Amino acid sequence: MAERVAICAVAQTKFRPDRGDASEGEMAYEAIRHVLEETGLTLSDIDSAVSCSQDFWDGRTISNMNIQPFVGAHLGHEDKVAEDGINAVYCGMAQVLSGYHEIVLVVAHTKESQAEKSLVENAAFDPIFMRELGLDFLSAAALQARRYMYKYGITAEQCAKVVVKNRGNARNNPFAQEPLDITVDDVLASRILASPIRKLDTKPISDGACAAILASEKKARKLTEKPVWILGVSSCYEAHYLGDRDLADCAALTKAAQKAYKMAGIRRPFNEISVAEISEEYSYQELLWMEGLGFCGRGEAGRLIDSGKTQMGGKLPVNPSGGMLSGNPTGVAGMVRVAEAALQLRGEAGNRQVRGANLALAHGMTGICGQHQAVMILGTN
Amino acid sequence: MPNRVAIVGIGQTRHKSTRRDVTLPEMVNEAVRAALADAELTMKDIEAVFTSNMETFEGIYLPDHGAATEIGAYMKPGFKVCTGGTSGASVVVEGFCMVASGLYDVVMVLGFEKQDCGETTAAITAAATPIWGKGAVTGAIGEFAKQALSYMETSGAKEEHAAMVRLKADRGACKNEYAHLKLGLESAEQVLNSGYLVWPLRMLDFCPQSSGACALVLAEEKKARSISRKPVWIADVEVVHQEPFRAGTFADPTGKEAYTQHVACERLYKRNGITNPRRDIDMAEIYEPSNWEEMSLYEHFHFCERNQGWKLVEQGVTEMDGDFPVNPSGGVIATNPIGATPTIRVAEAALQIRGDAGAHQVAKDVKTSLASALGGPNWTVLTLLKRSL
Repeated sequence: MAERVAICAVAQTKFRPDRGDASEGEMAYEAIRHVLEETGLTLSDIDSAVSCSQDFWDGRTISNMNIQPFVGAHLGHEDKVAEDGINAVYCGMAQVLSGYHEIVLVVAHTKESQAEKSLVENAAFDPIFMRELGLDFLSAAALQARRYMYKYGITAEQCAKVVVKNRGNARNNPFAQEPLDITVDDVLASRILASPIRKLDTKPISDGACAAILASEKKARKLTEKPVWILGVSSCYEAHYLGDRDLADCAALTKAAQKAYKMAGIRRPFNEISVAEISEEYSYQELLWMEGLGFCGRGEAGRLIDSGKTQMGGKLPVNPSGGMLSGNPTGVAGMVRVAEAALQLRGEAGNRQVRGANLALAHGMTGICGQHQAVMILGTN
Repeated sequence: MPNRVAIVGIGQTRHKSTRRDVTLPEMVNEAVRAALADAELTMKDIEAVFTSNMETFEGIYLPDHGAATEIGAYMKPGFKVCTGGTSGASVVVEGFCMVASGLYDVVMVLGFEKQDCGETTAAITAAATPIWGKGAVTGAIGEFAKQALSYMETSGAKEEHAAMVRLKADRGACKNEYAHLKLGLESAEQVLNSGYLVWPLRMLDFCPQSSGACALVLAEEKKARSISRKPVWIADVEVVHQEPFRAGTFADPTGKEAYTQHVACERLYKRNGITNPRRDIDMAEIYEPSNWEEMSLYEHFHFCERNQGWKLVEQGVTEMDGDFPVNPSGGVIATNPIGATPTIRVAEAALQIRGDAGAHQVAKDVKTSLASALGGPNWTVLTLLKRSL
């Protein structure tokens, strides 16, 4: 590769349950304005914009159409990636590395409050063989949680510990939607949504946006004193039919992580990475994804959370931001993980700062039981 | 220096209104297999898969996930691009950047749409902002009726010219084994007597709703030369979007309108030393939702002077055996599986360079070709292809 790509600035909106006060473009611009101000750029300095949104959540086709003025795409280059926003960062990275563009604005936005979650998600299941079963991502996640807990003896208490940790961490994050001071017992006493998943095992409905400026090394040196480098990236698709997968093993994530680690020169992820931001829409997912990411062996994530090593101050803090569980929308959550990882590396994470962070992992997922997985490694060197 | 990128495999389905014999993933798989066969590769050789589809047209959320195995993306990286009518060209741009960047050596890009699954016009009418625009949106037909009317009034073109464009497209489509509408039209009267959709746009003036897919294998230079004896180089790409309220802005009373087509082609031509497109480019596959828009696009892409597009038609310049062939494949007015439509333009423009277009191969030798895409509120994506760099 000719060059490196830097993240020069990141911003996110405060995540809220209902942004009826703003259009998608206005909401996205709250984050965009920050990255422009921070880098001293105007929209006319942007070579290309990569946006991320989902037409189904937006309730209309070509959901990038109405944000064009807000991303500076009038008579300019814009593309829309329809997976989680972490893939829009990946797309923008390729545009810079290819030499085709030098400065790329990436923005992800979703208003979950506008759509009926269950109906949108049901439309992702194969329309002939599976949709009629009435599955949505929650009921599919319940199947995955059951399979994972059964296969490896993961307990509901261990899943609940993820919630206590992440909702607690969110108290240090001014952008988090729902920080909570709760105990394992509170989680286990919350209402069952789809057994074994309880209300506090999942995230609230959320609206918000995230933005970043990517640039070539040469441009980045002029735009920021604290560039964060994208050292490794990969993504991977799993099979669609749940019966074609062992839901207790996340093969796609393992593969994406291995490729990203190889690219970044990481051999022992748990020892080398300083902080990880993981997209856990359901509590069990943080445990399962940690296994996929190679932070521990198969079935060992329960013991890892018990050990406290993933808490703030632990060997590898996971989700200091409070994670997706504390309230990030679908499609934006993975990009928020990138933004949070970048803030950690810049030493700008405020009260949620992990001391001395120099190598960070961001993870995003899209689809049923994390059918599409993406991993990005960021560093200061 | 970025890696050079070539198209080394091309495949498409036989496009039809309805494909009740296959599911969407099965249909897409036909194009994937065709592109692999053309490249003499297997899926093991493909490192990543990037897709294009408009999910609201089929009513399938995350359609790339549902088709992950059939598109060959199982256990591979990739993502879906979704920018409206231009999606199938945007995905070529992303694939081009992925290979040019050195992130991958060999990738597949593919577009697909199975319109027998859903109701496209219903989805398009919901595209505008609910507060300001929704009441004014009529789907694509209404927009292109406005275009036809304003072109007729400003350029002096007659309905007969639009009919000539339609006949040209049908002659191409009848020679193209993959084309959807093969009507065997014999006279302009058949076009002029077809019923109105939205005045002055008639049934035969507008593109159909097709179901189909198109896949391309892209490779960096060294791999490309080892895979293909006839690699087609992606010399350059250009994407120009605009703000949404300019959808349907076709008349130009001030003479100062900046059309995305102008902006895109002027940037592309300048970067590639194209001063006279009719001389420096050998043929084009353009995204013409209607015969009237095809004449406008000749002008927008500077194939001729303003208001002269219909004269190119009269002179037969853009015929298959003409001086500057446009859409020998039959174009969008014959075949329109939306997410695949711009990918097909690139595929057809590449086949012309290879000399592999079969019965619709143009008479002249094609060294350089141009593919265009149109979508959203009149957005433009261009791909410039060359036989040698």
